[in-house]
Amino acid sequence: MMLSRRDLLKSGGLVVAFSFTGSSLVRAAAELDGAETELNAWIRIDDDGTATLLATNPEIGQGIKTALPMILAEELDIPWERVRVEQAPVDAELYGRQVAGGSMSVRLAWQPLRTAGATARTMLVNAAAIHWGTDAANCDTEDGNVINTVTGDKLGYGKLAERAADLPTPDVSEIKLKDPSTFKLIGSRITGVDNPSIVTGNPLFGIDQVVPGMRYASYTRSPATGGEVRSANLDVVRDMPGVEDAFILAGKGDARALRGGVAIIADSTWAAFRAKKRLDIEWDMSKASVDDWNGLLEQGLEIAANGAGDELHNDGDVDAAFAAAAKTVSGVYSYPFLPHAPLEPQNCTAWVQGDSAEIWAPSQTPANGATLAARTVGLDPDKVTIHQTRIGGGFGRRLANDYVVEAVAISQRAGVPVKLQWTREDDFANDFYRPGGIHGLQAAISADGRLVGWKDHFVTFSGDGKSAYRWAAMGSNIQPQKLIDNYRVDQTLLPLTIPTGAWRAPASNALSFVTNGFLHEVAVAAGRDHLDLLLELMGEPRQLPGGRGSGMDTGRAAAVIAEVGERSGWGREMAANHGQGLAFYYSHGGYFAEVAEVEVKASKKIVLHKLYIVGDVGPIVNLSMAEHQAVGAAVDGFSTMLGLQVSFTNGAINEGNFDQYPMLRMRNAPDVDVHFIQSDNAPTGLGEPSLPPVAPAVTNAIFAATGDRVREMPISKAGYSV
Amino acid sequence: MANYTITLNGETRELRGIEPDTPLLWVLRDELNLVGTKFGCGIAVCGSCTVHMNGNPTRSCIMPMAAANGATITTIEGLAPEGDLHPLQKAWIELDVPQCGYCQAGQIMSAAALLDRKQDPTDEDIDAAMNGNLCRCQTYGRIRAAIHKAAADLREGEKS
Repeated sequence: MMLSRRDLLKSGGLVVAFSFTGSSLVRAAAELDGAETELNAWIRIDDDGTATLLATNPEIGQGIKTALPMILAEELDIPWERVRVEQAPVDAELYGRQVAGGSMSVRLAWQPLRTAGATARTMLVNAAAIHWGTDAANCDTEDGNVINTVTGDKLGYGKLAERAADLPTPDVSEIKLKDPSTFKLIGSRITGVDNPSIVTGNPLFGIDQVVPGMRYASYTRSPATGGEVRSANLDVVRDMPGVEDAFILAGKGDARALRGGVAIIADSTWAAFRAKKRLDIEWDMSKASVDDWNGLLEQGLEIAANGAGDELHNDGDVDAAFAAAAKTVSGVYSYPFLPHAPLEPQNCTAWVQGDSAEIWAPSQTPANGATLAARTVGLDPDKVTIHQTRIGGGFGRRLANDYVVEAVAISQRAGVPVKLQWTREDDFANDFYRPGGIHGLQAAISADGRLVGWKDHFVTFSGDGKSAYRWAAMGSNIQPQKLIDNYRVDQTLLPLTIPTGAWRAPASNALSFVTNGFLHEVAVAAGRDHLDLLLELMGEPRQLPGGRGSGMDTGRAAAVIAEVGERSGWGREMAANHGQGLAFYYSHGGYFAEVAEVEVKASKKIVLHKLYIVGDVGPIVNLSMAEHQAVGAAVDGFSTMLGLQVSFTNGAINEGNFDQYPMLRMRNAPDVDVHFIQSDNAPTGLGEPSLPPVAPAVTNAIFAATGDRVREMPISKAGYSV
Repeated sequence: MANYTITLNGETRELRGIEPDTPLLWVLRDELNLVGTKFGCGIAVCGSCTVHMNGNPTRSCIMPMAAANGATITTIEGLAPEGDLHPLQKAWIELDVPQCGYCQAGQIMSAAALLDRKQDPTDEDIDAAMNGNLCRCQTYGRIRAAIHKAAADLREGEKS
């Protein structure tokens, strides 16, 4: 992040923007209400002293629309009661990465937003100093006022903003960030800025958008990815009540761009849905997927247990470690494909007029959506505007923009603004699924009970036969690599054509189950306490090498493991059929250790009585949402491991709606104790990292309670239920 | 096509030219522009579309307009008088219940119907009343806490 003094474009106010890519930017002030002054691209001050703070990133329920403005307000030094939050326009030059994904938003915005807030505060201080004829060093700020520390005089930001905007932007060297010990807002509990609208039903979400003259559209795609429409009973459909048009769109050979299908334009959503049910389509399935999950799983289990793979990772001398081992253990683990199933079904409102388009979309990657839609239908991306709406759940599904492209293509063809609405069945059938996987694991244990060797034969899926789909791949930051000397992963790729994608805590959501379940098997075989074994593995505090800019810090890992042990009373005597299970995983820069207390009743009914979570993601911005995310992600992991999966036959997904996808309901939601170690590290995100440990913590607890080792998710396949 | 009359959030509404099979959900959203009631599954298993019909929590996604004719309907927009909030809505804000927020109108409507029947619901009462409402973000713990809080606030309000 850099900030430099630049020539000023004056147009009613000074604007300094900070890009996240390293260069600084200046732009003319936006068209503003006469009472407002823009201090930079994120901050406007009204003459009554109210600050309008722009929230730049898509809100999918992670609380970013509240958290990012909190960071600005902290450094601006203005009380939250005087803050109004607006969703920022999508503008890569001004705001850089406007994406909800990878738990990256706070991580990337922390320093730039603190600087943006502090710069605005400095400008206000400078304006007051000039007004009072004193040195800026004699001025301080408090609660939206500049204070003259010599005279005690006070001036509100509203009175100073216009003058501040006329001053040169201070150089970054003049900007002083607050000492974190003086934070008032950061670390406090602030209720979400959209909550008043959410609880009263005001329009917020993509599905709530209304455009004048808008028509309603449905779209019907091939039952298996890659099918194209040969013909359809369009005349029958066009005669149905409320239907205005029906037409065929050819696919672009890529599910992320445009699948082939039949669009129906109607005067209401229901008319479009009703007609959709009457469609009779003859498909050309010559290029469609014929994938079959049951067959792939059977094949994968056999290969993982008995076959040979290609070397993917090989540290130390695994063969020697196994040859010298006092004891070895082995087990085959597996997990299924998963849909995202956000509660708001995919939708998008689009209006293509000639060579330009306007889009309203619940997308986790709105800028990409606009560009992809433009390119797919032959528009200049510069002539496509996309508006961010609130998003009814992401979980990774809305990193893709297929529904955006569809809406744009349909509007372009129909010549009217359309709201495209997917049914729930559309959503299950046309997702980008978390890939399943199978792991054949072996561990070597020394005579003194140490883990000295680890082998994993990983069976995964590939589109090109060369590399695994990245959403489930064993790349960097996999555990326990680098924690033991002798570590090897061999890989077998099975061909797969159904679309795959990132699912909350990609790769980690599955690998944690495998790793932590098997580490517990090692502890049991070695006669060791699980927690002691994990601490021994972490060893001396050190930074491990890793991908995406950050490897694991074993000291931080050990600290959360030890803390969760303390809080959960790890190792205490449990009642009959009750067990404690432990797991730790490092993902997305976050350190999470969890202990599950599980009771196993008759007929394998389980009760998760208590889940203890200890996390370290550095300083917490909004404690309310931080706890809520940590709990929500972990319980999402619990819901998923219990009984959730999709299967596919002949390339088509078998599950069609929530009646076949039994998500957790309130009566089975666990009591959760969540605690953060607020270490003095740069903050990282919270949308994902508390999810990976929960599944193995629960299966390890089932083992502790019963001696039954569950190596397959969902655990309903082994007969368990809540 | 047919004409229907409903009492919606306290007002009589004449609905003209509606196909009888149109679910109440889509009449609310597309015809009346009341978009607080949400579409989630279309088969009455997620509860996002919950409204009150003659005082009972009802899944509007499978309620054909023909069967709703003459009914008294309350949606999230009409749960509290204009400019005021129901104790549940206040508790939802205070306890910061929503994550994505999409299911929450349906959750609140189910909870409001419960509090109409029971002044001091137990956890079991709440779990039973809320069993038809899914939350994909898993905000169940705070939903339960907010219902208890609103119930206590309501009882307190009646005492004073």
